Amino acid sequence: MHEYSIVSALLERVGAEARAHNATAVYRLTVRIGDAAGIEPELLSKAYEHFRAGTICARAELCVERVAERWVCPVCGRTLERGAVLSCEGCGMPARLMSGDEIILERIEMEVP
Amino acid sequence: MCQDCGCGDPEIVPVEVHERLLSGNDRVARHNREHFAAHNVLAINLMGSPGSGKTAILEATARALASRHRLGAVSGDLATDRDAQRLRAAGIPAATITTGSACHLDAEMVHHALHDFALDSLDIFVIENVGNLVCPAIYDLGQALNIVALSVTEGEDKPLKYPVMFRNAQAVLLTKIDLLPHLGGVNLQMFNAALARVMPEPRAFPVSALTGEGMDRWLEWLAASRPRL
Repeated sequence: MHEYSIVSALLERVGAEARAHNATAVYRLTVRIGDAAGIEPELLSKAYEHFRAGTICARAELCVERVAERWVCPVCGRTLERGAVLSCEGCGMPARLMSGDEIILERIEMEVP
Repeated sequence: MCQDCGCGDPEIVPVEVHERLLSGNDRVARHNREHFAAHNVLAINLMGSPGSGKTAILEATARALASRHRLGAVSGDLATDRDAQRLRAAGIPAATITTGSACHLDAEMVHHALHDFALDSLDIFVIENVGNLVCPAIYDLGQALNIVALSVTEGEDKPLKYPVMFRNAQAVLLTKIDLLPHLGGVNLQMFNAALARVMPEPRAFPVSALTGEGMDRWLEWLAASRPRL
């Protein structure tokens, strides 16, 4: 359940940004989570619901944007099939993960007096 | 304040961040990495399920390397000091990071533990993570190598079920291979086939801490990973 520690890092970061901008409340948070990042979006949302009470995010919606996992051959550029062996069928090179491991805080929408 | 109609409602301001959520951990991990590099110490993050043989393989590694390299270790443990006791008995300085209910180590815990070690007197430092195939995978600790211990008794499908852990590993120790004859047809090819679907550059060392089988190849690779040794 590392989602709890991810949420605590999130609330800490958002709190610092809100203070820096003299915000009175946070309206919405947007995070990007890759399908291959090792984070369960549902658990993340549940942990967020639990921990946001009493923080500046108490009324803030959490938007989770998913990013698809994509492996590509770094030499010939072909995209690998899902679940395939992670080396290029054409040239045998080890594939590279182009997207899908994101755990990113994108945007904070805050209420400023 | 709303500038349009003077209603007094607060204004909603978007602040673009675009930063990794674990950037705080990443920062401390970078600091740990610099610390290891400055002392010319090869740092290893050893991960795997509870009971996968992390401590046993580390004991065997410590005994085999005793005459050539100086090892040190910290073990993440929810409640006990048992692993560190075993490692000290195997002749290496070892401490425990008691995590309480935390399911993984983070860079800050490792940083704190490092204060108890004289890194100048070590060549290889092993961070034995909490037994768990999920959570430790996403926390950078400042290691040079991620190593996963996977025992053959856990089943060849584990890499496919826990891909993040294996994707981020430089090598996998397939442990307890002395038990293979008792596993009804399970063989090393099955593990290698699964690893090829989650690791772009799969590297596996089949080993038995009990019989010593396969330890040579693992130790050779380990020594080659630290060029100046």
